[in-house]
Amino acid sequence: MIKARVTVTLKNGVLDPQGKAIEHALSGLGFDGVGSVRQGKVFDLELDGTDKAKAEAELKAMCDKLLANTVIENYSVALT
Amino acid sequence: MKTAVVLLPGLNRDRDMIAALTKISGKAPVTVWQTDTEIPDVDLIAIPGGFSFGDYLRCGAIAARSPVLRAVAEKAAKGVQVVGVCNGFQILVEAGMLPGALMRNASLKFVCREVKLSVANANTAFTRNYTPGQIIRTPVAHHDGNYFADAETLARLEGEGQVVFRYAEGTNPNGSINDIAGIVNDRGNVLGLMPHPENLIEAAHGGTDGRGLFESALGLPALKAA
Repeated sequence: MIKARVTVTLKNGVLDPQGKAIEHALSGLGFDGVGSVRQGKVFDLELDGTDKAKAEAELKAMCDKLLANTVIENYSVALT
Repeated sequence: MKTAVVLLPGLNRDRDMIAALTKISGKAPVTVWQTDTEIPDVDLIAIPGGFSFGDYLRCGAIAARSPVLRAVAEKAAKGVQVVGVCNGFQILVEAGMLPGALMRNASLKFVCREVKLSVANANTAFTRNYTPGQIIRTPVAHHDGNYFADAETLARLEGEGQVVFRYAEGTNPNGSINDIAGIVNDRGNVLGLMPHPENLIEAAHGGTDGRGLFESALGLPALKAA
């Protein structure tokens, strides 16, 4: 079995109002010096098989087809 | 004039859409379910609003990958008219049938109110019963209506007249880029919009400004004020 973590983040330049709201809340809690917060998503997957190259290619296809909206999001794939 | 309404788990404006299409076309629409792989021959397919699949992952993301959406895409490729309202717009965007993306409202708040729209292009199959620049009233009710497209896509949409409706008179409820409320595909037979024209089609609704969209799509003359 292969374990993988997919991280999806908003592209640079795409407005992230949720990140902004979190940033304001952090400063309200007294955490000074938080320059910027961007919110993203993490997916932990378990895949059958042992072929890491195949798994990586498949994970990228999953990101392109469903896990990320590539109009506004970037993704990265890491086998763990 | 035959119409079809797409039903998906979690939609909640389907009955409004069915009522509107029945009243305007004079005939109840056929309904198709998420697992249907074929849609009967109709003149207009409507995807209503709501929260399909609980808005999991991203609004419309799961619905866009359901079998019935592949059937909708096949019909659209043959030139059949498709309109997606609210969650229906989000689904069409997620399915790649319309460009861009719909993000969380800039205010982070769910907005439920009436807005004003200007008809940015009255020369489409969905707007020919309106006049260019006409201001119409419509309700909105959404959390993720903040339209976004990259600069190149936006320039193409604007240049080709694919922006059909814009929020007018300072009523943009969601931070949508260029005040975009509704767009068509390059072929002009697929329309997506966040506002709910189906909720303003008879006097009892307090107005009939939304009728023109459906009458245009169905090739009906504009209803004269009684």
